[in-house]
Amino acid sequence: MPLAKINQVSGTAVYVPGDDIDTDRIIPARFMKCVTFDGLGEYLFHDVRFDEQGRKKDHSLNDDKFVDSSIMLSGKNFGCGSSREHAPQSLYRAGFRAIIAGNFAEIFFGNSINLGIPCVGMDAEDRASLAQWVEANAETQVTVDVDLLQVRAGNLTLPCEMRAGARDSLLNGAWDPLDELLSVSSEVDQVAKQLNYV
Amino acid sequence: MTPKNLFQKVWEAHSVKALSNGQTQLFVGRHLIHEVTSPQAFGMLREKGLPVRYPERTFATVDHIVPTNESSEPYSDPLADAMIKELRKNCEDFGVTFFDVSTGKQGIVHVVGPEQGLTQPGMTIACGDSHTSTHGAFGAIAFGIGTSQVRDLLATQTMALGKLKVRRIEVNGDLAPGVYAKDVILHIIRKLGVNGGTGYAYEYAGDVFDRFTMEERMTVCNMSIEGGARAGYVNPDETTFEYIKGRPYAPKGDDWEKAVENWRSFASDEGCDYDDIISIRAQEIPPTVTWGINPGQAIGVDESIPSPDKVAEDEKAGTVEALEYMKLTPGIPLEGTPIDVAFVGSCTNGRISDLEEVAKHLNGQKVKDGVHAIVVPGSQIVSQMAVEKGLDKVFINAGFEWRAAGCSMCLAMNPDKLIGDQLCASSSNRNFKGRQGSPTGRTMLMSPVMVAAAAITGQITDARKVFQN
Repeated sequence: MPLAKINQVSGTAVYVPGDDIDTDRIIPARFMKCVTFDGLGEYLFHDVRFDEQGRKKDHSLNDDKFVDSSIMLSGKNFGCGSSREHAPQSLYRAGFRAIIAGNFAEIFFGNSINLGIPCVGMDAEDRASLAQWVEANAETQVTVDVDLLQVRAGNLTLPCEMRAGARDSLLNGAWDPLDELLSVSSEVDQVAKQLNYV
Repeated sequence: MTPKNLFQKVWEAHSVKALSNGQTQLFVGRHLIHEVTSPQAFGMLREKGLPVRYPERTFATVDHIVPTNESSEPYSDPLADAMIKELRKNCEDFGVTFFDVSTGKQGIVHVVGPEQGLTQPGMTIACGDSHTSTHGAFGAIAFGIGTSQVRDLLATQTMALGKLKVRRIEVNGDLAPGVYAKDVILHIIRKLGVNGGTGYAYEYAGDVFDRFTMEERMTVCNMSIEGGARAGYVNPDETTFEYIKGRPYAPKGDDWEKAVENWRSFASDEGCDYDDIISIRAQEIPPTVTWGINPGQAIGVDESIPSPDKVAEDEKAGTVEALEYMKLTPGIPLEGTPIDVAFVGSCTNGRISDLEEVAKHLNGQKVKDGVHAIVVPGSQIVSQMAVEKGLDKVFINAGFEWRAAGCSMCLAMNPDKLIGDQLCASSSNRNFKGRQGSPTGRTMLMSPVMVAAAAITGQITDARKVFQN
């Protein structure tokens, strides 16, 4: 089945404040004791959402207003730390289809694009305006436009950025590279033969 | 010929083609896997009916979930037990070599690879673990990947990757006494920031790295990712070749000389280009300790806890958040902060030289009452070497628990966890909120000898004051 072309993502948004949100925060390691990714959505940001008795803490992801959101807004260096794909998998399984942040840690970014989750960078001032707008308009749609590289929310039209290759792969429905990698096996064998190690 | 750096040479040797998204299809010569990030990838292969394309290039071990205080299966944790069995089955079904617990060669994947001689100069190496950068110590380009890319490697031995820029970080001069490789990398991250390396591979160089042993180089390369750099490497030299020689997967006989000649050719050429060059004076590096919730929030052991009014505007919120989580008072000296747990181990500092260095200082000292101190060798082979040298007894006599090999309390996917808001002096690599298994647990990263000093005094202390020998 061909992959979907992802030109834009629309949905309601939630603001998760903070810089350097690491993948341990997104999905604590103890929830990775699993052999499939099923069910990871439940544990998204678990330890900042729940206390040790399992009671809900004050967190935007626990707020009924934002419960159906599919776009996450956060700070700088989002997704730093561990390479665990469990992090974008848990975001995806919790319903998130796009992330807006200051910038992204590299492995997280690649893992997310591989799953067809656009990750767009936005400068601090625009993030602050958008955060304010999202808080006041929790029920209203936000659009992350991958094609035009802008985020639209009410009267706001804010520029955002994404590496050209990643953007193209979303727009062209080529964000999962496996088929392309599989298509040139003789060239792969040739490179393997030229290397002097097995 | 245009001079090239090591990254460029390795990249060119392994490039298959340019992909439609502008990335490169890169051949990955060695693929290492473990139980946490591989089962879903094997699942995807089964779903698509694909074989492992080059099973002889993938090697597996089990590290994250193995308990370090029980050896017989089934493990008490049924989830952990299911994971080791799944890996075992996947390796059998797809013909992958597995350094299982019963082989005596099991351990943390980034300890096992070099130990077996699998890690060699000029290679591309990937693993579903961000600390794969460790293998760069040998002059390889090594990086962490996600599970979809583990699938890509199993299916094709290639993956899509954008070319990285290269930043050379030179450290020249003499390190002060009591300053270790761990301090060098913590200092680099402190200076360049936790995302300063985004988009880069780091080339570590200078006379400090020339003198470093392979295990010291591994400690530094290991934490490249903590500075945002996906890969970090040191150019191969005689120290590198000496370390590899005679290991199980090292080239043998006539092949050895040929391999060394080839490895040498990958080293960065004199006069090659870099995207950036940074110089650090070795003398300026103090024994370094993290006080906050990311590895860049670090200070010298003789400094005071930062105050939010004294940091740059864009660091204020992060400083406040970190102080609150760590329950620390700004402005007071770091030294004297009481600790509850001391952890020596991990892919950063769980090698034989780390254990030897700590043991050398521990002799005759006792862990402070109330401190829970554990030492976890990085592999079964490290453990065996340590036992042969009598190091286990030194640790046990000092009051440490001597454990079996694994990732242990670095990320607590096993029974080794902090409880409540315990504060751990740790030789590992991450101090994120909740990293060591308790959602309110606190971590301070430092060198293994500094961990030992904290264990003995019950508080963060400059090890040089504790160990006068």
